[in-house]
Amino acid sequence: MPEVLVLVDHDGERVHHTTYELLAAARRLGDPAAVVVGTPGITGRLGESLARHGARSVQAAESAEADEFLATPAVDALEHVTREVSPVAVLVSATTDGKEVAGRLAARLDAGLLTDVVDVDPSGVATQVVFGGSYIVRSLVTHGPPVIALRPGSFEPEECPVEARQRGLALPPVDPARSARVTARRTALGGDRPGLTEAAVVVSGGRGVGGADGFKVVEELADALGGAVGASRAAVDAGYYPHQYQVGQTGKSVSPQLYIALGISGAIQHLAGMQTSKTIVAVNKDPEAPILDLADFGVVGDLFTVAPGLTREVTARRAGS
Amino acid sequence: MNIVVLVKQVPDTAAERTLSGTDHTLDREGADLVLDEINERAAEEALTLKETAGAEVTVVSMGPDSALDAIRTVLAMGADRGIHVRDDRLRGADVVTTAKVLAAAVRTVGDVGLVLAGNATTDGQASAVPAAVADLLGLPQLTQVRELRVTAGRVRAERETEHGEATLDAPLPALVSVTEKINEPRYPSFKGIMAARKKPVETVGLDDLFPDADAVGFLVTRTRVVEAVPRPARTAGVRVTDDGSADRQVADYLIARKLL
Amino acid sequence: MSGKPLKDPLDLLDIASVLSDEEREIQATVARFLADRVRPHIGEWFENAHFARELAPELGKLGVLGMHLEGYGCAGTNAVSYGLACLELEAADSGFRSFVSVQGSLSMYSIWKWGSEEQKQEWLPRLAAGEAIGCFGLTEPDFGSNPAGMRTRAVRDGGDWILNGSKMWITNGGIADVATVWAQTEDGVRGFLVPRGTPGFTTQDIKQKMSLRASITSELYFDDVRLPDSARLPLAEGLRGPLSCLNEARFGILFGVVGAARDALQAAIDYADSRVQFDKPISAFQLTQKKLADMTVSLGGAALLALHLGRLKDQHRIRPEQISVGKLNNVREAIAIARECRSVLGANGVSLEYSPLRHANNLESVLTYEGTNEMHTLVVGQAITGHPAFR
Repeated sequence: MPEVLVLVDHDGERVHHTTYELLAAARRLGDPAAVVVGTPGITGRLGESLARHGARSVQAAESAEADEFLATPAVDALEHVTREVSPVAVLVSATTDGKEVAGRLAARLDAGLLTDVVDVDPSGVATQVVFGGSYIVRSLVTHGPPVIALRPGSFEPEECPVEARQRGLALPPVDPARSARVTARRTALGGDRPGLTEAAVVVSGGRGVGGADGFKVVEELADALGGAVGASRAAVDAGYYPHQYQVGQTGKSVSPQLYIALGISGAIQHLAGMQTSKTIVAVNKDPEAPILDLADFGVVGDLFTVAPGLTREVTARRAGS
Repeated sequence: MNIVVLVKQVPDTAAERTLSGTDHTLDREGADLVLDEINERAAEEALTLKETAGAEVTVVSMGPDSALDAIRTVLAMGADRGIHVRDDRLRGADVVTTAKVLAAAVRTVGDVGLVLAGNATTDGQASAVPAAVADLLGLPQLTQVRELRVTAGRVRAERETEHGEATLDAPLPALVSVTEKINEPRYPSFKGIMAARKKPVETVGLDDLFPDADAVGFLVTRTRVVEAVPRPARTAGVRVTDDGSADRQVADYLIARKLL
Repeated sequence: MSGKPLKDPLDLLDIASVLSDEEREIQATVARFLADRVRPHIGEWFENAHFARELAPELGKLGVLGMHLEGYGCAGTNAVSYGLACLELEAADSGFRSFVSVQGSLSMYSIWKWGSEEQKQEWLPRLAAGEAIGCFGLTEPDFGSNPAGMRTRAVRDGGDWILNGSKMWITNGGIADVATVWAQTEDGVRGFLVPRGTPGFTTQDIKQKMSLRASITSELYFDDVRLPDSARLPLAEGLRGPLSCLNEARFGILFGVVGAARDALQAAIDYADSRVQFDKPISAFQLTQKKLADMTVSLGGAALLALHLGRLKDQHRIRPEQISVGKLNNVREAIAIARECRSVLGANGVSLEYSPLRHANNLESVLTYEGTNEMHTLVVGQAITGHPAFR
């Protein structure tokens, strides 16, 4: 079977859930080959979980400076392996970082790039939902190794234990004139919450939340569900919540299993970023709010009553189960 | 120092967007076209640097005749000159072709210290373009930036993504893509609008940028649309008015759907 | 025809297509600025009788203030662009257009046209930037349509002038840094620049207005105000001085009111399309359509008249009686449109959430100021018969 490269998302200790989704997708196209880019020793920590999810080989691009530069170490590694093994496709997560790596890689390889892909079939045809969820486009890469950025949440991770070959890659040192150095990192203020684009559950607040304090009820529900917190542009513009959590056309596009919209009216720009979610629950005081027209479960009511009640229900039922 | 701003004209974000039935590209004819709002902030950042540090600002846009309006808007805001890449063969260009063309246009401007772009345009999916341009130009990328400082040949930036924040540092020349939170763009002044008509805008085609175009092969179609269909609109499912039990009803629903 | 209603009733005649790119861009820039900075708040400002003075420097930065004047920090646009800016300003609120008209066409124009080089250098750049505010005092409590009878007097005292009297209905009066004041002297009417804070110069804002609530209207008092001769506008002699300024301002009005009417009509069309009675939108009823169609026709005529006069002004061929035709017709049509739009909105029309009644109330002032409806009628009457019938 031909190889399919998968760029591993990780935090230095654990493999991110999104990688398992990529491995599941990769198995449709060929033999998954995981590419790990990180500091020395990382592959040892991650290799087992990668093999458990079907990685036939693990390519270790380890170097002390791998974490110190933005994007280019991963691009260098993927380019190197691609030129070596001529994979049938290169898969990355369609997160901000992933799409940047994909853009650079496609430019280097003169290869076709498809981003925000939600499905791939064994023939390599990739499905994208474009223009804020209004069109389904199926495309094929016709030149170069297909570089595909898969939207998190589109594939169900599957365990499929295999024996993984591990192999080290020797990469040239990063040229500091051509790469930006990361001099400080601050993790998202969500703490333990999953990243917005890859979370299985997203709970978002809008202008109806009324203020920064009001986001507490949004966060509490998100935490009870193990989800990420999002915000509408109106809420971000009003200063209720930081910009990096903005969901919508000019923010992040998400397609979680469950999207809960609290006090969000559903402007077209917001819908563009979330209407591919599998299940949408909306709570809004205004029965005319457009979001209620596409919610799978719509509640006309006060989010400050419904959301805390739901948080209690979720906590109780989780404890009871 | 020369600063190049990459801008794009897009359909007004409030409007509905449709795909043309013939070639599956965005139907731009039916929509009001405006300068992309994040690009406008990239332009504002360039103009602030022009005022504080001294720089000549060139605005580059690739697109049909109407892209000239986007260029004129940035010239009216205060940019010095424009390059309009206009070639019918670029209709529906993919990410890599777009990046190659933009990189080639940047190369025609000498002594470029900074290339500024938006982190995404509001009309497509390809936020990968700035990164690809950086790669082709051999520049460090400082992307998703909400704060920028340029001092003594270096650029420092605050980056924010869904995974948190980071401080980036790189030597010039570099490419920076900005988020919509970096600044509030200025309105073009009337003097600026009138002066913009007299500022030079160079119109170039593929043959100007790539004299041996077919030889380098950048016109290859790297992706092919097999099918494009409107997605069925979502419809409303269950709708309840809260009578004090909505929280329990939602929880029951989530359990029934195995989401809890 | 498609089923979608026209959002801008002026689109029906495609008037924008006969504008230059530059004119369209200037109009669009003003519209965008107002959409961002004024429209979200204007109902509240009107209700609270608040003039958003902090916007003056922003309008200055855009180049709106004294935009049709050359030099001294002014943008130097053509007259049509100035008219289109007034149109957009008045589409937001007549109070904002009034502020801009008084600043640019009365205060700044009086200095630009009749002032000394020193006066121009001192005031025009600051007024253009919106750092200083100007007003214009001609009307008095007892002399409106008959300014020649004014009682405000300036008498020589050595090399100085001593100014006494009062002025009424002065837009921007209470916040002005400089007032252009017209007074009788022994040589006839003369103009003076009176800076704020000059001893003996005081102002009192007029409260409890039912019109132009988002703009400041004041009374000016001059009690033995001593002014050096350098405060006199050296080139202005007689009533021609103030009347030339009024012609500038009237030009802005005849464009501006088209904006107020357009905005009211847009609100009425939107409302009629969404308001359902007897199971269909009221825009599908013949009586409503007659209202909307008649208003669209008269609005289109007013817009074309304004544009025609703008082109004449840009060719330096416009005559005062032509401006009277424009002010007379366009204000009359605009106020009729605004009132009729209120009727389309039914009871909702009296809510500040909708613009038509606010525009109609504002236009009551506009109908009267800068030459009443009646005076402009008589100007036109004289022009076509040769008989002055003013007194």
